[in-house]
Amino acid sequence: MKNRVGSVVLAGLAFALALSGCYREKRPTTAPPGTSGVTQPTSTAQPAPIVVSHYTDNAYAVSQGKTWYRAFNCNGCHAAGGGNMGPPLMDAKWRYGADPASIYASIAYGRPNGMPAFGAHLTEDQIWQLAAFVRSLSGQLSKNVASSRGDTLQDGKGESRREKETPVQEQTPAVER
Amino acid sequence: MKTRAALFASGALAAAGAAAAPFQDALRPAGAQAAHIGKLWNFTLGLCTLVFVAIVVACLVALWRAPRADHESMADVSSLARPESRIHRRIAWAVGLSAIGLLALLAADVFTSRAMARLPLEGAVNIELVGHQWWWEARYRDADPSREFTTANELHIPVGRPVIVTLHSSDVIHSLWIPNLQGKKDLIPGRTAILRLRADRPGVYRGQCAEFCGLEHALMALQVTAEPSQGYEAWAERQRQPAPAPATALARRGQQVFLGTTCVMCHTIGGTTAGAGLGPNLTHLASRQTIGAGMFPNNRGYLAGWIADPQAMKPGVNMPANSLPPDDLQALLTYLETLK
Amino acid sequence: MTVRDAEQLEATWRDPPGFFGWFCAINHKTIAKRFMITTFVFFVLAGLLALAMRLQLAQPNGRVVGPDQYDQMFTMHGSTMMFLFAVPVMQAVAMYLVPLMIGARSVAFPRMNAFAWWIFTMGGIMLYVAYFLDIGPDAGWFAYVPLSGPQYSPGKRVDVWAQMITFTELAALMEAIVIICTILKMRAPGMTLNRMPLFVWTMLATSVMVLFAMPAVMLASTALICDRLVGTHFYNPGEGGDALLWQHLFWFFGHPEVYLIFIPPLGFMSSIIATFTRRPVVGYPAMVLALIATAFLAFGLWVHHMFATNLPELGKTFFTAASLMIAIPTAVQIFCWIATLGSGKINFKTPLLFVLAFFVILLAGGLTGLMLASVSLDVQLHDTFFVVAHLHYVLFGGGVFPLFGAFYYWFPKFTGRMLNERLGRWQFWLFFIGFNVTFFPMHILGLQGMTRRIYTYPEQMGWGGMNLTATVGAFMIAASVLLFIVNVLVSRRHGEPAGANPWGAGTLEWSMASPPPAGNFERVPVVHGRYPLWQPMQEPSHVTGLDNDDRVVLVTTVADALPDHRMALPTPSPWPFWSAVATTIFFIGSIVTPWAVVWGSVPVAIAATLWFWPKRAVAERRARVEVRP
Repeated sequence: MKNRVGSVVLAGLAFALALSGCYREKRPTTAPPGTSGVTQPTSTAQPAPIVVSHYTDNAYAVSQGKTWYRAFNCNGCHAAGGGNMGPPLMDAKWRYGADPASIYASIAYGRPNGMPAFGAHLTEDQIWQLAAFVRSLSGQLSKNVASSRGDTLQDGKGESRREKETPVQEQTPAVER
Repeated sequence: MKTRAALFASGALAAAGAAAAPFQDALRPAGAQAAHIGKLWNFTLGLCTLVFVAIVVACLVALWRAPRADHESMADVSSLARPESRIHRRIAWAVGLSAIGLLALLAADVFTSRAMARLPLEGAVNIELVGHQWWWEARYRDADPSREFTTANELHIPVGRPVIVTLHSSDVIHSLWIPNLQGKKDLIPGRTAILRLRADRPGVYRGQCAEFCGLEHALMALQVTAEPSQGYEAWAERQRQPAPAPATALARRGQQVFLGTTCVMCHTIGGTTAGAGLGPNLTHLASRQTIGAGMFPNNRGYLAGWIADPQAMKPGVNMPANSLPPDDLQALLTYLETLK
Repeated sequence: MTVRDAEQLEATWRDPPGFFGWFCAINHKTIAKRFMITTFVFFVLAGLLALAMRLQLAQPNGRVVGPDQYDQMFTMHGSTMMFLFAVPVMQAVAMYLVPLMIGARSVAFPRMNAFAWWIFTMGGIMLYVAYFLDIGPDAGWFAYVPLSGPQYSPGKRVDVWAQMITFTELAALMEAIVIICTILKMRAPGMTLNRMPLFVWTMLATSVMVLFAMPAVMLASTALICDRLVGTHFYNPGEGGDALLWQHLFWFFGHPEVYLIFIPPLGFMSSIIATFTRRPVVGYPAMVLALIATAFLAFGLWVHHMFATNLPELGKTFFTAASLMIAIPTAVQIFCWIATLGSGKINFKTPLLFVLAFFVILLAGGLTGLMLASVSLDVQLHDTFFVVAHLHYVLFGGGVFPLFGAFYYWFPKFTGRMLNERLGRWQFWLFFIGFNVTFFPMHILGLQGMTRRIYTYPEQMGWGGMNLTATVGAFMIAASVLLFIVNVLVSRRHGEPAGANPWGAGTLEWSMASPPPAGNFERVPVVHGRYPLWQPMQEPSHVTGLDNDDRVVLVTTVADALPDHRMALPTPSPWPFWSAVATTIFFIGSIVTPWAVVWGSVPVAIAATLWFWPKRAVAERRARVEVRP
């Protein structure tokens, strides 16, 4: 009788853990099929893509996004999130939307005032991973998914320890000619 | 009874072992350092086998000669009252002999280390190897910086000349191991290690990463071609050249595909605007025999599969799947084939 | 002693019955049996993982599992075997036998003993639940940084692993404290250190080693958790940390760890060889000194795991010398045993068969260890299948085979029934042959270039034949373990009944009924020699003065075991269980957030406070009972 109670307790524990486990740890990952095409880079906002990935819940994807951020030189304009020529990514102000789909559009199609369109040069998978990572810069992601620090010179508090910013809409600056 | 089983097993397996590939084999030294280690191996194996046989035989003799008993036989506690000097002396001799054997092993190790440390280094080729997940970046250094060049995953070295390999890592700990030529050395981030080797026989040798470095540690190989100095210099000279401009229209289209889509974000081709360092340098891709860090043959079919979906061949690798239109892919392949 | 006395003793020392009583049990034999079963379950689980790995490697370009699954498998296999099986099972067997061998009615600190089992079990369950949820660790059982650091192992997998270490090492430390105190202070009068059974010496040496080795790995894993959870830089070269720091800290623990696995079986060997050669082991003082020397030297070898790094070469050579030197005390032990075999009368039973396998398998493993001790050779052999072969030869030959021998030897004492001798021989030969078929080819594979921890290999390497052979052998091992399980299950019900001393052995654990009564000894014996059951009885033969109606033990002095005072031991209690639950919540919480260290301490503090709450009745009882004779 005690064994049965024991196994019920165990099953309950397992179930509770199951709610927090599986998807976060999956690796490697692939993007969901059928997102919008990446062959029409423009500088005007496009409607959000139809299929949104869940990479914001996947630790591996966020870590890959961090790798791309450095490798594709997002640092060059956005620094490590604090902004430079480009606007900061770790604060609460968002011009074109803070949800993953909008960030996807920003990266893929570019934005006015200097954000290049990377859609032709990055796969959808990579852009979704970048979008997930960018969300982590302002603390939007669960603490279990974002990483605590990189293995380099520290350029800011680890993403998992940032305060979650509440995104607010910032006025789009006038397009400079 | 037990040793018979072991002997039979080892004999059968030695026969099976003879079928293994000779190009990644520590027992077939092709260079000075591996030869020193090979000598030490032979000495150590001989000594250890002797000791093994001696102790097993002693055990068997002891078992055979001792009378049989069962659980009711009277136990002999006389040794608790009287010391057993004869037995103690024999044990002391055996321990003394063992200590001498161990000293011999220590001496052999010290001599081997010394011999390996004394590899003459005049005229050495300097290679800086940077380990990445999951490929090798090689920069050939030179006193004249304009003669330096970068390649990936496949090294050429001259026979008979020492090679000094400086080891760095860009991410996690890797380990360079080319068993035919030398022992292994870890590539540890934040630290610089140096491996000195010399190939004394021409041939193509395979190395492999020997420290678990993540998902595709198993598929992180390195190919080392040792050739006479002339061949090596010719190869190095070709590697120093930038990539030739594409001659045909198809190749030109391929170059546009390369520069206009995802490839340019990660790869460098000398002589073009592609200068990224995340992935291997492709300036002379067509001069390599393998792709995917020494894993797959470098031919059109495998290359097409690799570009279209490297995840199918090496899941977890950092290169994404690229869905190019078929014509673009063919053009790209044609262009890549010109990168000799 | 009367029947009524025996009944009263039994009633005093046995565990409370019923469902709630199961959670309150503190009798050392009960806890030890649970511990042995739990560790054996982990052994089987890790063995199944090994079978899966062997299936994947049986052929080139295998497709049984992918790289992610395979990485988790070898990590789980290694971590389970090293942390959840090899050391704990030795402590478990010791927990059962040491009080019986030294004439004590209990271990010291019975409640902490129970707590240690609960914590260990909960840690092991946490690891496996995580594995089944895809949160299993995948960075290898020694988790080198930076691969196991926050950037290259995203998610919570490595955190689960690091916290599992905290669980198991806490349990091991507590067990070590229990064993040391029991051995040093609770021996029967007359059992001077010079008369202690060799197995008890091995457990003393092992437990002292645990005290020094475990803190190193707890420190290392805690620093790793801090790096991953709160962004410290212990192992970050970019900010002044060092990737090699992990290796030093880990291997400072890791090398003694394998001696923790190796030294207790040396005690099994001595016990079994003495009984089955019908004579005391040759050279008792040399054996004891060899044990102590091994325990000391084991702490001076750790850099031999790091010979491929860029540490200074001269320093590495010192560790070559030390690693070669530790062979000498082991050689002393082997020669003493061979001398014992040669000068005794042999009773060829299954326990002795398993012990004899040591002389082939451990010997081979030790000799390949000497090969690996040399820096120049090691740089070719390190991190190849040669090392996999070596470590399995020493762990099986020096650990698992003697352990199975110990199970066959002491099973009659634990259960009152003999294991089937015929099945035992079948199991032994299947195990021995299967083991060699599996692991011998790996020596050759390593020399031929096959590195460790690879989920597959190309066909052109020519490794397929030997890998297939190894896989066949692995299934033979599995079959033999299955035979053992069958033997145990059948013999528990239908085995030949064993009396108190079915093997005619000479040490104290064979002096009472099988299985022992709850209070072990009806009367506390006085010991006059190393093999009390073989040597003629002398007066005084027992001491009196311990009550049968209370949990009282006799505490004796450390060196000469002169009676010192009586001590009242605590009664069964649910607080070890609840404290373990609270500690589990604390540990698992701190995988997810550092704040768990704060709010998690509260239940732990409450449980500990209630556990140790002073009660007047207890204080009065102690004052009444604890009297110097």
